[in-house]
Amino acid sequence: MKKLLTSVSLLAFLAIAISFSACKGKLKDADIKTAVEAALKADPMAAGSMVEVKDGIATLTGECKDDMCKNLCAEIAGKIKGVKSVVNNCTIAPPPAAPVINPEDEVLTKALTDALKDHSGMGFAVKDGKIVLTGEIAKAKWAMLKQTLDKLKSKGYDLTGLTIK
Amino acid sequence: MALQDKYQELITAATAGVSNLQVREQEGVLYIDGEAPDGATKDKLWAIYDKLDPNFLSGDLVMNINVVASAPVTKAKVTTERSNLNIRKGPGTDQPVVGKAAHHEIVTVVSQSSDLWWLVRTEDGEEGYAYAQYLTPES
Repeated sequence: MKKLLTSVSLLAFLAIAISFSACKGKLKDADIKTAVEAALKADPMAAGSMVEVKDGIATLTGECKDDMCKNLCAEIAGKIKGVKSVVNNCTIAPPPAAPVINPEDEVLTKALTDALKDHSGMGFAVKDGKIVLTGEIAKAKWAMLKQTLDKLKSKGYDLTGLTIK
Repeated sequence: MALQDKYQELITAATAGVSNLQVREQEGVLYIDGEAPDGATKDKLWAIYDKLDPNFLSGDLVMNINVVASAPVTKAKVTTERSNLNIRKGPGTDQPVVGKAAHHEIVTVVSQSSDLWWLVRTEDGEEGYAYAQYLTPES
């Protein structure tokens, strides 16, 4: 019985000793986090990502511009000492909308001629891609005409000379 | 961004009811493009636009909302104010007139390749381009 107690206490001692020495070699989560953050900041492509570290597991969040950037962030974090694994929760930013293609002034003028054929009493011109309208028009007709003109994708309007009746 | 604030109510309504919505700001003009499921949705958006910018006179918004028909349009009514509608050889008022469709006549829509000009055929068999603004799809 005594022998058993001795071996149990010996085992307990050993276990405590091992865990202590393990603690010494283990990096703190906060230190790992600082190191990962510094590494991410150092790369302009990965600079938009943020990291949280718990029990050596690094979780990445934030917005990346594409898959390549997302993978790069994980790679950078994975190389840091003390990081056991990486959870990559970075999102990919949606692609920017394509720009509006404005027609040439000449094309716009022709389209305007078509649209305004039946609106006598109105003057029109195209200036730097903008539609310039002058004269008078009834509200109901204008509401209809504006819908048609908006299909022409001009660079906007100059309507200071237009009166709505 | 200021334009998107000005037209926020419109953008919110468009986001809810319009598919393929694209909202872009370029050189001081806001562009809203998309496809509405029906005419009522489109009319509602234009009403909000009129409220935010009375009579659409600021000229800082270009809104191109098309109504997508569930089935292809095959017949359309000539909805001019009272006159006949010119049928032309090509899409443009510089094109020769090849025929006329009467006010409130029903024509066959052959092709809607452009938003502005539709290729139509009249009851008399005259075929050519007519200005789409004066054609209302018949269901």
